[in-house]
Amino acid sequence: MISFILIILTSIFFTGILIRAKSKAAGRKGPSILQPIKDIIRLFKKGSVFSTTTSFIFQIAPSIYFASVIMAIMVIPLGTYKGFISFEGDFVFFAYILGVGKFFNIISALDTGSSFEGMGASREALFSMFAEPAFFILLGSFALLTGHSSFQEIFLSLHFGSYISYILGVLATVVLFMIALVENSRMPFDDPNTHLELTMVHEVMILDNSGFDLALILSATNLKFAMYGALIANLYMGSFPLYLTIPIFFGVQLSFAIAIGLLESFTARFRMNHNAQYILILSSVSLLIFLGVLLVLGQFN
Amino acid sequence: MIIIDAFILIILTSILLIPFVSVNWKGLITVSTVMLIAVLSGILAVESMSGNNTSILFKGSLVTGPISVKIDALSAWFILVINFTCVTGAFYGLQYMKAYKTQNANIGMHCISYILMHASLVSICALQNMIVFLIAWETMALSSFILVIFEYTKRETINAGINFLIQSHVCILFLTVGFIWVSMRMNSYDFTAISLFTSSQPIAAANTLFLCFFIGFAIKSGFVPFHTWLPYAHPAAPSHVSGVMSGVIIKIGIYGMLRMLLLIKVDYLAIGYFILGISILSGVYGVMIAIIQHNLKRLLAYHSIENIGIIGIGIGIGCIGIGKENNLLVLFGFTGALLHTLNHSLFKSLLFYCTGNIYQATHTLDIEKLGGITKILKHTSFLFLIAALAICGLPPFNGFVSEFLIYNGLIAGLHDTGKALLSSVVVGIFALSLIGGLAILCFTKAFGTVFLGTSRQVFYQTPKEASIGKLIPMYAIVVLIMAIGLFPMVFVKSLSLPVSLFTSNKFLLVRPEFQFINVSLSMIGIWAMAFIFLVGLLYLMRWKMTLNRSVNYNTTWGCGYFSSTEKMQYTASSFVRAYRKLVEPILSIHKNKKPITEIFPTTKCGQETHPYDLAEKWFIDYPINRLKTLLNMFAFLQNGQLQFYILYGVSFITLILVVPMVLNYIFLLINFFKSL
Repeated sequence: MISFILIILTSIFFTGILIRAKSKAAGRKGPSILQPIKDIIRLFKKGSVFSTTTSFIFQIAPSIYFASVIMAIMVIPLGTYKGFISFEGDFVFFAYILGVGKFFNIISALDTGSSFEGMGASREALFSMFAEPAFFILLGSFALLTGHSSFQEIFLSLHFGSYISYILGVLATVVLFMIALVENSRMPFDDPNTHLELTMVHEVMILDNSGFDLALILSATNLKFAMYGALIANLYMGSFPLYLTIPIFFGVQLSFAIAIGLLESFTARFRMNHNAQYILILSSVSLLIFLGVLLVLGQFN
Repeated sequence: MIIIDAFILIILTSILLIPFVSVNWKGLITVSTVMLIAVLSGILAVESMSGNNTSILFKGSLVTGPISVKIDALSAWFILVINFTCVTGAFYGLQYMKAYKTQNANIGMHCISYILMHASLVSICALQNMIVFLIAWETMALSSFILVIFEYTKRETINAGINFLIQSHVCILFLTVGFIWVSMRMNSYDFTAISLFTSSQPIAAANTLFLCFFIGFAIKSGFVPFHTWLPYAHPAAPSHVSGVMSGVIIKIGIYGMLRMLLLIKVDYLAIGYFILGISILSGVYGVMIAIIQHNLKRLLAYHSIENIGIIGIGIGIGCIGIGKENNLLVLFGFTGALLHTLNHSLFKSLLFYCTGNIYQATHTLDIEKLGGITKILKHTSFLFLIAALAICGLPPFNGFVSEFLIYNGLIAGLHDTGKALLSSVVVGIFALSLIGGLAILCFTKAFGTVFLGTSRQVFYQTPKEASIGKLIPMYAIVVLIMAIGLFPMVFVKSLSLPVSLFTSNKFLLVRPEFQFINVSLSMIGIWAMAFIFLVGLLYLMRWKMTLNRSVNYNTTWGCGYFSSTEKMQYTASSFVRAYRKLVEPILSIHKNKKPITEIFPTTKCGQETHPYDLAEKWFIDYPINRLKTLLNMFAFLQNGQLQFYILYGVSFITLILVVPMVLNYIFLLINFFKSL
């Protein structure tokens, strides 16, 4: 409940902070932090243009995409407070409900019959497919470490007792951070600011969306950012009381946004055809976490 | 008893009746017979599901010995699954076959085979006598062979049919060997002899016996590397037959495996790891190769292999659970496997029926040639979309429920101990999530290119939506798909009896420590409903808010280029190109490239890819080629001249007469020398 409100709140500022960090790094003043959300609100008020090629898929896909992200956010807990949805194995539900949104996003891009959007769809499908195993192995390792299988219980009993578990926490942060970048199509995997359709991934998929639908998709992206930020924040909360968790939450979200902004300012995009391999590396990092967990549990003795 | 008599009587009468009636009646008789079979066996099955097992002992004959017919909860579950798909298949087939109305005799044969196939499938689940079981199995194999080769005038159909026939008989060979082994030692043909035999033997013998049966059943169900008949037989058969084949015929192999697991006291831990390993291989390999297919039915056929893999992962987890005496693993593993059996039979048959609609509307199944038909085949595309989402295991549909159970089984495995278990479970989680991701890639490709965009070829006959008669059975399947997705508890609860056969503990699900499964499943149902509600609400909001806004329709954005043609769309091949490049070293893909050479190209340029199955290459084609080379060395013997053949005969007779004589003399000579 509380995490849901916090994530919605964060999503309003998230992209703004990110853009501000980027402009600061580039030595510019940058737009207001609220500019992205203002853009979205304006889009909500606009009319739309639809391609004559499209079918009912194109009409329903943005709503389904947005709904899937909302459902996924409902699963996220905050410290001792459960999300709306919480049961044993809820992270499977989390990943698969996001999958529904992804599925519709991809087919709605294919619905336009455009070569550019097909290209973007193809890339998005491939990249997120490779990111999936990393997430599952990560959560599986935590399930092994804590003996639980729901988000809230896992995060609650994630105590950093030994040195190895600190490393695990760092590695998990890295994996979640990278998954967030893949899922939100950010810099080392995709350049949202590129001016050429051929080099885009996510942006090119939504070329034909306009007005209300585009606003839905953009706000879903913001929400997704805040959602992954909340997941990372949860790694560091344990069973702290609320007056500690909320500052931790906002602190992590802030540094997450700034980190992405800085990363985008100082790195170049990976070569498109090597992206899949880079993403597969995430799975091996997750496997490292798994081995670390085995080490902590003394399975090697 | 009366029910079984009626069962046999109905089948015999309708089979005798079908050749003598007109085409229209043939179809109606078939459908009503299938319905009657389903009702009769369904009554017994439902009774067994509620705990009253049916068990009848027939006297049998001198050859077979007493024939025991027993329907326990496991048989009952499979009978119900088979009945549903066979009935929808019959209704769909009734409409589908109208296109072939002129082939009177052929349709008669087809109808008889369909009835026989359904009847034999149901009987296989109930029969407990080895010889009669094999007879039923053979009937099933032969009748499905005839169903597959309906369009026997096409060369590829006949090839696929013969491939299927041979591989089914290799399967029967393995089963027969297993049965002979047991019956020789025990002097009985009853299934209980298998249990008695294996409990008196060392565990290695039991494992070998199980492996023998496993290979037999694996050929039928299509585990890698025994799957090679599947991608040929499914595209060759008429769509309702492919639906039934993929939906239930390959599941009968799963039934056989589970039955043998109940009968044979194997080393469950070792067998569990073995099944888990081979299933992970099947699952990942099946979907990996499915993505690069160009024929829609072949793509679906490879997806059957993938789903058999997912079912197998469940069975493997369950077996490990029996070995480790971990009830949670047993519960999750077998419940997931059995539920996925039902789920797969639903969405896969639906997908094949949709393919049938596409085929009859456009007369092609080449994904690259289709496109944009969602505007014409509105119902079909909606149905295909639902089935595609369900097969990807996405909520709020049924595939998610069974995959969720199997995921939970794997996670429960993580809470157990042992390095072997933990590492194989992590591989399982990796594989299952990879399968999920790849399935999304595959079905976005299939749905996106077949239904969306603009048409890629000119249709000389305007495609038409399928008739209402075809759509009704398909919507019936959708209702069940949604029901399982939204009310998973009902179905999982009814599975508690079949699953409890695998443990000594009855009613696992009601025990307090397993109560969380109930909670999880009902939560899934509730939140799946909430998701649908949320989507509806959002769409309503969108509709309300954009009511007074301007809406324009224009061509797709082409980066300033306005006269884009349908050729400029992304094709299925280009959609999966990045993926294909990645997996090219693992899979075998034949490429045919004709690049542009001149400045003003005059010759046609292009690229073709022909996906080829590595397993087929090494396990089927290579040995056959070797055998051919060996036998070709003796080809000179067959020269077609009669006098030579007579000569062979004469020399054979001479040899038979002379060799013993000569041997006799040699022995005499040796004895003579010895006596010296």
